[in-house]
Amino acid sequence: MNSNKTAPNRHGSAVITLPSPTEILITRVFDAPAALIFKAWTTPELVKRWWGFETSKWLVCDIDLREGGQWRYVIREGEVEVGFHGEFKQINRPHRVVSTEVYEGFPDAAALNTVTLEEVNGVTTMKTLVQHEKPEHRDAHLASGMESGMQVSYNRLEDVVQQLAVPLGHSEGPVLQAPR
Amino acid sequence: MARTPTTTDAFNAVAEASRRDLLDALGTGEATVSELVERLGLSQPQVSKHLAVLRAVGLVLVRVDGRHHWYRVNGPALKPIYDWVRMFERTWNARLDRLEDLLEELKTQEEEP
Repeated sequence: MNSNKTAPNRHGSAVITLPSPTEILITRVFDAPAALIFKAWTTPELVKRWWGFETSKWLVCDIDLREGGQWRYVIREGEVEVGFHGEFKQINRPHRVVSTEVYEGFPDAAALNTVTLEEVNGVTTMKTLVQHEKPEHRDAHLASGMESGMQVSYNRLEDVVQQLAVPLGHSEGPVLQAPR
Repeated sequence: MARTPTTTDAFNAVAEASRRDLLDALGTGEATVSELVERLGLSQPQVSKHLAVLRAVGLVLVRVDGRHHWYRVNGPALKPIYDWVRMFERTWNARLDRLEDLLEELKTQEEEP
């Protein structure tokens, strides 16, 4: 028997906390093994399918996955090109990647990103710790997400509206969770 | 929705680690200065100084009972910070929801011969 029934997803369950004035911590649980998440996070063809925004057009997605290797993402949002790049500092496949991240629009504010994947019985908790050098850089980072978050919210609203027109039986409303 | 530029808003009040510890120490209950001194291991003048900043921006309220001052967190005053972070959270939620959908697809592919 081939069952197409998928497990209920965990949409909207990422939790953002601010452990210190210079840090952002993003925590999300996936019903998938760490190795698969690692692959989705480090393979350009797969990164293009989830990173950025649904409206993003990819121009560059380079990943040289080795310590000292460089990565660079450039996407186009409407008329605007947005670039990010950095260097891999530590790679412990498939549990940990430490890399730098520079937003090319604000090159003085480099961040250090530590992604950890902890798997228990096929369920993986992913933690992304973003460490900035200065509180004002951290705050600018958050504020930039705020702006695009607005756009994404409207896009998602649009999706929900379109789904209402098509009875598919698989539309999830947005779930908001307070940061702890 | 820009962060207010004044020096006495909730954002600045919680930018200091000791003041976040103080809010954590208060939690959902009430405490006196001497209880907070004990919980945090800070000096009494330090605790009083930080409480004064938190009170100035409305993050902490005080109730006077005889000669005791009871301090508590004023939840609604934290809302601007919550709202601000939540927008960023939405961006990441949308991104990670797409990652989750992709993982489901990859899992199915790997199961197939």
